[in-house]
Amino acid sequence: MSENTSHSHSERKPGAKREMSRRQFLAYTLGGTTGFLAAGVIVPMVRFAVDPVLQPKSASDWVKVVEESKITAEPKSFKFQVHQVDGWYESDPELEAWIAKDSSGKIFALNPTCKHLGCTVNWNNNPSYKDQYFCPCHGAHYTKEGKNLAVAPAPLDEYDVKIENGFVYLGELHANSIVK
Amino acid sequence: MMKGVYNWIDERLDITPMWRDVADHEVPEHVNPAHHFSAFVYCFGGLTFFITLIQILSGMFLTMYYVPDIINAYKSVDYLQHKVAFGVIVRGMHHWGASLVIVMMFLHTLRVFFTGSYKAPREMNWVVGMLIFFVMLGLGFTGYLLPWDNKAYFATQVGIKIAASVPYLGGYIQTFLQGGDIVGAQTLTRFFALHVFFLPAVLLALLGGHFYMIRKQGIAGPL
Repeated sequence: MSENTSHSHSERKPGAKREMSRRQFLAYTLGGTTGFLAAGVIVPMVRFAVDPVLQPKSASDWVKVVEESKITAEPKSFKFQVHQVDGWYESDPELEAWIAKDSSGKIFALNPTCKHLGCTVNWNNNPSYKDQYFCPCHGAHYTKEGKNLAVAPAPLDEYDVKIENGFVYLGELHANSIVK
Repeated sequence: MMKGVYNWIDERLDITPMWRDVADHEVPEHVNPAHHFSAFVYCFGGLTFFITLIQILSGMFLTMYYVPDIINAYKSVDYLQHKVAFGVIVRGMHHWGASLVIVMMFLHTLRVFFTGSYKAPREMNWVVGMLIFFVMLGLGFTGYLLPWDNKAYFATQVGIKIAASVPYLGGYIQTFLQGGDIVGAQTLTRFFALHVFFLPAVLLALLGGHFYMIRKQGIAGPL
């Protein structure tokens, strides 16, 4: 194909109009049409496949968890349910939060998923680490504010907290903002 | 750019003869619609293959969302059709293509029959073509159950009853197809496996044979 094209180019007289060869014209039109038709088939399928990537992230709702008066300086575990829509499957998985007051009396809530490899940590469950969160899998432990002291590479994640009419509401989970 | 990449690979692997072998071949005048418009009847085989390719592609994409389970099958189909972008188009391609492939295959069979192209030395290709026909019907039958709606369920019920009427072997065929005593959970997984793994594998092998033979023997001469 290219031989043919270059051949016709070399024969072109100086000053003559630059013309497309018949073969090249056919290649372009047939190739273009084929590409257009193929795109008509491929584009819907690719868009279909990448749909989860393009879905907007749904912000999680506030969930009423416990009365404000139940919260003490000592972290306590509270279970709460969130509504989860997973494609065609809807469920209400139970989540856990350790809620406590800091020294200034502000309420904060931590997620007990260990930042090392995802086991579940517990408050004060190991005599060697008094008043700390301890992970039974690889011995990671954290302070009351969730600061990672060993093994784990990051502090425990923290829930957004809202107090309304004497109740504690938990929202989105995000990286710990109390400790660095 | 593309040319450069092609040449780089071609210098190393000498791929030009390979695709020349596949793509470059004589198209006799009597099968070329540019010469005789009525020769469009020779396009039906190629169209069947084209739609088969679309079926394979759209089917691959559908399995990204579909689950072959009696609790979730219908829900997942409903979800992929109504909630996923272009779901109605991708499922539509598979749904309409399934009917169209049977139509095209039937027209191709008629053309081969009425031009006498099945005669010696091409009898074997006719037989392979018939096998492809039955595999296609099997793909249609097994695929019909997968959405697990009322129509699918009762169509399969009827289809299996028909298969069960085969003398002597009917009962065994029925149990094999159902995977148990009723049309249920085990039937659905079974039909799914047949629909996406076994039958397509057989189909591709048969198509390979079909195309090898037609290339080896050439297209039958004019009437």
